[in-house]
Amino acid sequence: METRIRSLAYVLGDNIDTDQIIPARYLVYNPADPEEYRMFGRYALSGVPTERAGLPDGRIPFVRDGEYTSDYQVVIAGKNFGCGSSREHAPIALNAAGVKAVVANSYARIFFRNAVNGGYLIPLETAERLCEEVRTGDVVEIDIDGCLLTNITTGKQYRLRPLGDVRPIIAAGGIFNYARQAGLVPNQPDSSSA
Amino acid sequence: MGQTLTEKILARAAGKARTEPGENIWVNVDVLMTHDVCGPGTIGVFKQHFGPTARVWDRDRVVIIPDHYIFTKDEKARRNIEILREFAREQQLPYFYDVGTERYKGVCHIALPEEGHTRPGEVLLGTDSHTCTAGAFGEFATGVGNTDAGFVLGTGKIWLKVPPTLCFVYEGNPPPWITAKDLILATIGLIGCDGATYKAMEFRGDALAQLGAIAADFAGTAVNERGVRFNPLIEERMTLCNMVIEAGGKNGVIEPDDVTIEFVEERMKAAGTYRPYEPLKSDKDATYEAVYTIRVDELEPVVARPHSPDNTAAVSELAGEPLDRAYIGSCTGGKLFDMIAAARILAGHTVKIDTYVVPATSEILQALDRVRLNGKTLRQVFEDAGCIIGPPSCGACLGGPLDTLGRLNEPLRCISSTNRNFPGRMGHKEAQVFLASPLTVAASAVRGAITDPRELLP
Repeated sequence: METRIRSLAYVLGDNIDTDQIIPARYLVYNPADPEEYRMFGRYALSGVPTERAGLPDGRIPFVRDGEYTSDYQVVIAGKNFGCGSSREHAPIALNAAGVKAVVANSYARIFFRNAVNGGYLIPLETAERLCEEVRTGDVVEIDIDGCLLTNITTGKQYRLRPLGDVRPIIAAGGIFNYARQAGLVPNQPDSSSA
Repeated sequence: MGQTLTEKILARAAGKARTEPGENIWVNVDVLMTHDVCGPGTIGVFKQHFGPTARVWDRDRVVIIPDHYIFTKDEKARRNIEILREFAREQQLPYFYDVGTERYKGVCHIALPEEGHTRPGEVLLGTDSHTCTAGAFGEFATGVGNTDAGFVLGTGKIWLKVPPTLCFVYEGNPPPWITAKDLILATIGLIGCDGATYKAMEFRGDALAQLGAIAADFAGTAVNERGVRFNPLIEERMTLCNMVIEAGGKNGVIEPDDVTIEFVEERMKAAGTYRPYEPLKSDKDATYEAVYTIRVDELEPVVARPHSPDNTAAVSELAGEPLDRAYIGSCTGGKLFDMIAAARILAGHTVKIDTYVVPATSEILQALDRVRLNGKTLRQVFEDAGCIIGPPSCGACLGGPLDTLGRLNEPLRCISSTNRNFPGRMGHKEAQVFLASPLTVAASAVRGAITDPRELLP
């Protein structure tokens, strides 16, 4: 698990739901197919209304036309990030686009769980309204162990909440690795069980 | 100290005497449901981690209901259904409701109880956020992602944090124009669309025995060839639990009573899915995190404005807002109750705007030809009013492929009996979606503007 992340930040508001993270029309792709997995990166955050895409100014595409990954590896948002549907395609889309961490005031439960259990990205929480402090394009550095986000562009620092219970699952790379370490699932896929 | 219904179900499923909110426990799953949008990814996770020839933990507990992208020419959507078909064949799954066959159902959350897969006291997981609908049958039901579902397919278990319970008490006698959709929108407006995040929402109160009054005279009507009877009260309880996710809730739940037991027994026997189950109830001295009391006799019909289900207003505040389209359908607003409620308003009128009626399941579609209102079938009522009737599926509730019937491909203003109105939910990200009860949607379709259904109720 990467414990220091330095990247350009992409800033969004409150209640960014899963339809904004990956619009339903793209759910026809199968994330189990590596080629199709890339397509989720291409359309990540394409459902955010143009005026609110990349705050505070808006009108900043998260992924440039024709690309599969984003220049932004950290997303900063307000409260209730990932609300709406249970589609795992949402954290998958952010992962496919290259996002390493999201920093939000709060998360919808299923998005948070999917992000952790699938090992797609690190969902961090902060009590501060970072989405009103940080501008899209600022360089930020996250220190996971120190629970700190530094805005390199402005020099300001912000506290993050500790990961708590979910840290060992994130560190293991997702629920399957975690469960294997705990002896809950077999170590190797058993191909003789048919 | 007593426990809530949610705590008791989870404790039993974990093999424990009791649980406390915040505790992390491993739970045995009774039913796992998946569909065409999340099934292929779930199957991928299962095969990756348990091996290409692995078998599911219990084939009688896996239910696959394709429902999202069914009536589309999109090749990848059709391919996804083929992946489900192949998996059901390979694993010899008895409960696969395949597209293009007599078994095809439509919207999974309505199909589950229709086919007798919902039982009081059980744990039901589904790869869809509206899996919480089944809490109406007194079970723990919640949505999960592909990774969790793949894990459950292989092990039959899931790791859960026991949620604290919020209690909502609906008191009073609901007037006929107040539906469960109004109650849940009012509730979401009260606590906000993250007001129940990580929490259980338990619904109580004497109003829960009186919902569905607008369709009460149809109660008991045979709705399918198995002779199963229409139950407006149960359908309205499903609507209540369906939208707990729009408040961020982990699950919604209603204590099972005689009506619940009669309904699930009838459905299980008709479908041949009977298995013993043990209902549970909240202890009298259960500890709730908070208790909200809502008087339903004082409620006005509620509308949620764009772009959030908690952006609510009384219909009178919005009366006259111009609209381009009306949509009646989905797991929230496409049940037989919703069809009857809409027909009550539409009978004898003509719609002023494009109006789509999409029954949730094939059973409900067939019931449009069986159920009569003043001598006309519901289908005739809708057709005479100028509505477009679509085939049963999730339809345009979540936009979907561009050729989905009723999808908002332009930035239109639409009033809908569905569940979400975040930007882009029904298609175009600049479209404006108003959420309301089927009565309010139908009344607004007749006038072409937001309309209080009381003005048009006969």
